[in-house]
Amino acid sequence: MTRERARALLLMPAGIWYGVLLLFPLAVVLVFSFGERNPIGGYAPGFTLEQYANLPARFAAFRNTLTLAPLGTLAALIIAYPLAYYLALKVSARWKTTLLILVIVPFWTSILIRSYAWIYLLGGNGIPALLEAVGLGDIRLINTPFAVLVGIVYGYLPLMVFPIYVALEKLDRSLLEAAADLGTPPWRSFLQITLPLSMPGVLTGSMLVFILLTGEFLIPAILGGGKVFFVGNALVDLFLQSRNWAFGSAVAVALIVIMLIVVALYSRAVRRFGAGRDDVGLM
Amino acid sequence: MLFMIYTTGCDFLTVLRMYGIGVGVPQHERTGMLDANAETEIRMGVSREQGTQSIQGHPSDEDCVAEFVGATKRFGAILAADRINLRIRRGEFLSFLGPSGCGKTTALRMLAGFEAPSDGMVRIDGQDVSRVPAYARPVNMVFQHYALFPHMTVAQNIGYGLRQVRPKLAKSEIAARVEAALAKVRLDAFGARRTWELSGGQQQRVALARAIINEPKLLLLDEPMAALDAKLRGEMQRELLDLQRSLGITFVLVTHDQEEALSMSDRICIMGAGRIVQVGTPQDLYDRPRNRYVADFVGKANILNGEVLSRQAGLARIALAEGTEVLVPEAEADTRRHVDIAVRPEALRLAVPGEDAMLRARITHRTFLGDHTEYLLQADGIGALQVNVPRQAERAMGGQGVGDEVHILWTAGTGLVLAAEE
Repeated sequence: MTRERARALLLMPAGIWYGVLLLFPLAVVLVFSFGERNPIGGYAPGFTLEQYANLPARFAAFRNTLTLAPLGTLAALIIAYPLAYYLALKVSARWKTTLLILVIVPFWTSILIRSYAWIYLLGGNGIPALLEAVGLGDIRLINTPFAVLVGIVYGYLPLMVFPIYVALEKLDRSLLEAAADLGTPPWRSFLQITLPLSMPGVLTGSMLVFILLTGEFLIPAILGGGKVFFVGNALVDLFLQSRNWAFGSAVAVALIVIMLIVVALYSRAVRRFGAGRDDVGLM
Repeated sequence: MLFMIYTTGCDFLTVLRMYGIGVGVPQHERTGMLDANAETEIRMGVSREQGTQSIQGHPSDEDCVAEFVGATKRFGAILAADRINLRIRRGEFLSFLGPSGCGKTTALRMLAGFEAPSDGMVRIDGQDVSRVPAYARPVNMVFQHYALFPHMTVAQNIGYGLRQVRPKLAKSEIAARVEAALAKVRLDAFGARRTWELSGGQQQRVALARAIINEPKLLLLDEPMAALDAKLRGEMQRELLDLQRSLGITFVLVTHDQEEALSMSDRICIMGAGRIVQVGTPQDLYDRPRNRYVADFVGKANILNGEVLSRQAGLARIALAEGTEVLVPEAEADTRRHVDIAVRPEALRLAVPGEDAMLRARITHRTFLGDHTEYLLQADGIGALQVNVPRQAERAMGGQGVGDEVHILWTAGTGLVLAAEE
């Protein structure tokens, strides 16, 4: 009896958090998405599928999000994995902490300020000027999808590095010795042992980055110059500018549904790979 | 009072002959003294070695599967292995025995290819493999914590080594050999299981099957029994021996457990501080420990200090205390005045009523262990001594208990003068 009561008491904060901060807002968004726009802005009660029928009007935002978010995740993964591998398996204990701290140092300032730094770097006087100086011609970087990609990879890289680092760090080194002992050269044991066993970290990092990227609006706004916008920018626009809460809610619900499908497919694929046979597909 | 502890009229040479020592035998053979039962050793050698040659001799070139030649390993300032010289005979069961940090694991890892010697070399089948990486050596290992691949099934783990063979083996051949290996370690029905679903003993058998499937020239075992409980350990030890006999593969075991080493090995290599201290058959090491380190590490031994009064033909007359003299064999020619003597607790006897009084002592502890009883004694002028008395012999004693006086019989030729430690 008391045990059950204690358990209920201990779970209460989490329960309240779930209910009040997660389920309730979601329910509100869901209800709003079936409503109508109040003529003076905001929400007017109703039940219509009109908002959902209107979704194609925001196709560009969905297209940008669903291309740049996976691309950004992939790019971050490709850059983060070797870095995490180096930090976890190669670097000496003396330097490890320093290098790990360096990875999180950028988090100590606001993403807004750091993104503005990229405006300069990618702007006319930055990298393009350097490229022109070495004779690569007139290249525009700022306000392109590429600039947004650079920005999001830069901003979210640490979130990819750490889960992979943790997965690699706890990798039992004797497994690599066992593989070598059984006749596996290093590059093959990476594909057969290290990579599959670090998949949980890859999965976590990718999910973390991908989910946050789909909701991103700041970096596209700053580095995309209004030309490359995400669903996040559409939501900011709908809720804060045009005050069309009902349509905004429909866009939000659509994004959530798409994300759920993508995440489910991705985690299933990765889990199958991670737990699967070492000799399928890779060799 | 002087205890005459050797029979008068029995000269040194007679004593020597009694203990099987010939005159004019080469030095390393001449260590055979005391209870060394040469016949038993040769018999053991024949049964294990299919009659190749005496187990004690140095392996000849074609008989030698692996060899350390002055192999040295430094980790920074630490000297983990110091000029190791050792030949491993084809088909033998050799153990590296010693406390942690003695260099035994480093020696094994140099054989496996995980460490390259800083100096000297490691040969396998006559080839210098010092710079050959682990994956290219015909050697496999059973790891201390098994190191089974958690993302593979039992069958996939066992077949892993076969899948690394290039050019690739046929899938059907791999499957058949995995099947056979599973049967060999009695895990027939477990092929599809996950490794973490198995018990410790089963996991170890998977590790063993995985390590033997490529038919290595050497099977290395790094404290494989450390994680098993005592009962399972005994079972696994017997299984390992059976497996070794049926496969004919050379086994090299690293252990800190002297019982394990004594019960399983053809030869034991005792290590200390990165060096080889003594190599020999289990009987050798037990009966003729070279120095105090070996005597202490293998079995129990009373280590006593005494002054040499005279030497003759390998026997030293030694005064343990004022008026207490014993006649002890000396393994190596020596000129020291003060020496350490090792004597096994079961080599000493307690006198029964009516026997001549020898060395007087008082019982401080008596521990009854069924088949024998351990007596801890305080001997006059000598100090603490342990004597193990077989149950049969104890019945003939006067039933003395703690605090009572007993007399110790130290037969001439019992014990061994230890060499100085380097």
